[in-house]
Amino acid sequence: MPLRLKPKARDLARTFAATAAIAGLVATAACGSRAGEETAATESCVDTSGDTIKVGSLNSLSGTMAISETTVRDAIALAVKEINAAGGVQGKEVEIVAEDGASEPTVFAEKAEKLIREDCVAAVFGGWTSASRKAMLPVFEDNDSLLYYPVQYEGLEASENIFYTGATTNQQIIPALDYLAETGVKSIYLVGSDYVFPRTANAIINAYAEAHGIEVLGEDYVTLGSTEFSTIINQVKSADADAVFNTLNGDSNVAFFREYANVGLTAEDMPVMSVSIAEEEVGGIGVENIEGQLAAWNYYQTVDSPANTTFVEAFKAEYGADRVTSDPMEAAYNSVYLWAATVEKAGSFAVEDVQANADGVSFDSPEGTVVIDGDNHHVTKTARIGEISADGLLYTVWESDGPIEPDPFLEGYDWAADLAVTE
Amino acid sequence: MFKFFGTRAGTWTGFAAAALVLFGLAPLVMTGFRLGLLAQFLCYAIVAVGIGLAWGRGGMLTLGQGVFFGMGAYLMAMHLKMADAEFRNGPGAVPDFMELAGIRELPAYWTPFSSAGFTIAAILILPTAFAVLLGLAVFKRRVKGAYFAILSQALAGAFAILLIGQQSLGGFNGLSRFRYFFGYNLDDPVNQQMLYFIVAGVLLVVVAVSLQLRRSRYGELLVAVRDAEERVRFLGYDAANVKVVAYAVAALFASIAGAVFVPIVGIISPASIGIVPSIMFILGVAIGGRASLVGPVVGALAVAWAQTALSEQFPSAWTYAQGLLFILVIALLPGGIASIASVAKRFQTKRTPVEAAA
Repeated sequence: MPLRLKPKARDLARTFAATAAIAGLVATAACGSRAGEETAATESCVDTSGDTIKVGSLNSLSGTMAISETTVRDAIALAVKEINAAGGVQGKEVEIVAEDGASEPTVFAEKAEKLIREDCVAAVFGGWTSASRKAMLPVFEDNDSLLYYPVQYEGLEASENIFYTGATTNQQIIPALDYLAETGVKSIYLVGSDYVFPRTANAIINAYAEAHGIEVLGEDYVTLGSTEFSTIINQVKSADADAVFNTLNGDSNVAFFREYANVGLTAEDMPVMSVSIAEEEVGGIGVENIEGQLAAWNYYQTVDSPANTTFVEAFKAEYGADRVTSDPMEAAYNSVYLWAATVEKAGSFAVEDVQANADGVSFDSPEGTVVIDGDNHHVTKTARIGEISADGLLYTVWESDGPIEPDPFLEGYDWAADLAVTE
Repeated sequence: MFKFFGTRAGTWTGFAAAALVLFGLAPLVMTGFRLGLLAQFLCYAIVAVGIGLAWGRGGMLTLGQGVFFGMGAYLMAMHLKMADAEFRNGPGAVPDFMELAGIRELPAYWTPFSSAGFTIAAILILPTAFAVLLGLAVFKRRVKGAYFAILSQALAGAFAILLIGQQSLGGFNGLSRFRYFFGYNLDDPVNQQMLYFIVAGVLLVVVAVSLQLRRSRYGELLVAVRDAEERVRFLGYDAANVKVVAYAVAALFASIAGAVFVPIVGIISPASIGIVPSIMFILGVAIGGRASLVGPVVGALAVAWAQTALSEQFPSAWTYAQGLLFILVIALLPGGIASIASVAKRFQTKRTPVEAAA
């Protein structure tokens, strides 16, 4: 095929030359710092002169994660409302700037930057998936701002600019394994969604199992959102393990538990320990399919404490009696109070003052007292194993002796020596 | 007015005006954050120019540009992660995310990406070569219309799923936390602005290339293939080859866009390259006007801008507003935003006689 250009090809050459010239001119005039050099510190634009102080609430309000993350948004709004009713923070009314992360990491990064640089918020609350946190982390570090992240996660991370108010692995997965071992489980089967949390969790479980004489009979991953489980369930059934450790996330749980019940597996002969199923999800899965199964969290709506009674009542009064409270919601609620308490202690909204004063700040939360660890920016948490009951709620069947110190890099566990990676 | 832009002087004026806005006006009136957003949108516009060529001029509904965008993006991201690891821990160091995934040894296919030259060559060649091979396989068999659209969309879905399974490419989380771009600190606002200028320059070049292709004999052949493929074949041309060229150029543009997208946005994950983002690319082109030169650019910028503006304004209801906007544009301006002038003209000529009579 002939591909002859008309004489206008000269135009092209000229356009190229002109564009290159402009670009070159601009580029040479505008070269910033190179690797290894210090970048001029970005000035914070947080305005503390008025009667209000802005904070960001960044959650997925659209997309696949919206069903979970809107509950977190509600919990953050409730905490802010309560704090304002009690006189605000440093005498200033807290004002929420809400943004939609749209279940997409790039959008989370974009909106986080917008909140910090355009809205000049003092701190941001939100994020759910590890992908969203990983996307936001460089934004908060580069702009030197603060993120309060409320969801249990895979650990192995500690950023100066993030406070992690959900559980790290030694406050959720390891206690769950301890519980299974105590109840005489000798073999387990691992099922998870294919992303970083289940993979890291299963790496930890494998190391734990090897050190504690538990046999891992199988390890299967499905794509996030997949609902095809017949093969995996058949393998689980024929493996006949003492228990199943489930790190599936989202809709996959619905299909998994329906199929599990369909083939006649029950909580009595092969209990399933789940780490991503809370009050909200039980309704979607259907109580009849999941009754009697186990979950590992730090908080359930049924936790018996005065602080929790107040929290649940306030939440239902605000959003309706049919709503339930769950672990990530409670952790998000706590995070706002922990931020407010740290600011009060520091007497300042400045990021470096909050960081310097965070150590030891505590809050009498619905799950019990939580204390910030100033070194790794995580909080102490009580581990609880819950059993799903016929009313759709989870009831604590086992809890740790008091709050567990956060250990995101699992430095306190000999068997985890090969796993821990320090940054 | 539009006749003027058809002339040589008009073309130059158009380019000069665009350059003035992109290089002069935008950095003056926009904050650093907004300029960064604009840089991100310009990446989408570069993809859109390619789609305008393949779909608008060539009639190939490419519902899978995310594949080529993703290739460029991941190739660039691999280089940035390698450069980052080497800067901190010396040659052969393992990027931080791999350590988390339990990968202690650098996979062999990562090694060449420590070279900037190799990476740039890969970004330009790999996706283009892939598009040529795929195009030959598909168009020689005369697969077209809806079948081609479905095939390309399935490809985007499969590519995203493939990447999710690759722990050595960051899996579901993708690659993020880039610190340096060819030796320059990415957290420096001056360098961020430089990236914006690079993207703006690339966009102008890409539009110029597209314009030149449209005006060449090849461009006329492409339109002929779009409108009457059989006749072109009877005239002795191989229609498949004509299509392959446009498809490969569109792939190259998408790959370049992906490569510059990565340092600007700071993350690339399967969520940015699957079926939904691929459809968003097409949507921008459709809204802007697929057959015109600047339509795809305007459409891509308008869709991205509307999404950001609406979601900032109505965080929990913006998807409805966006849907409404799409319906309105498609219903009132079937030719896209670029056809606004001709629609207005038609409206005028319809009204004038009536007014004259009254």
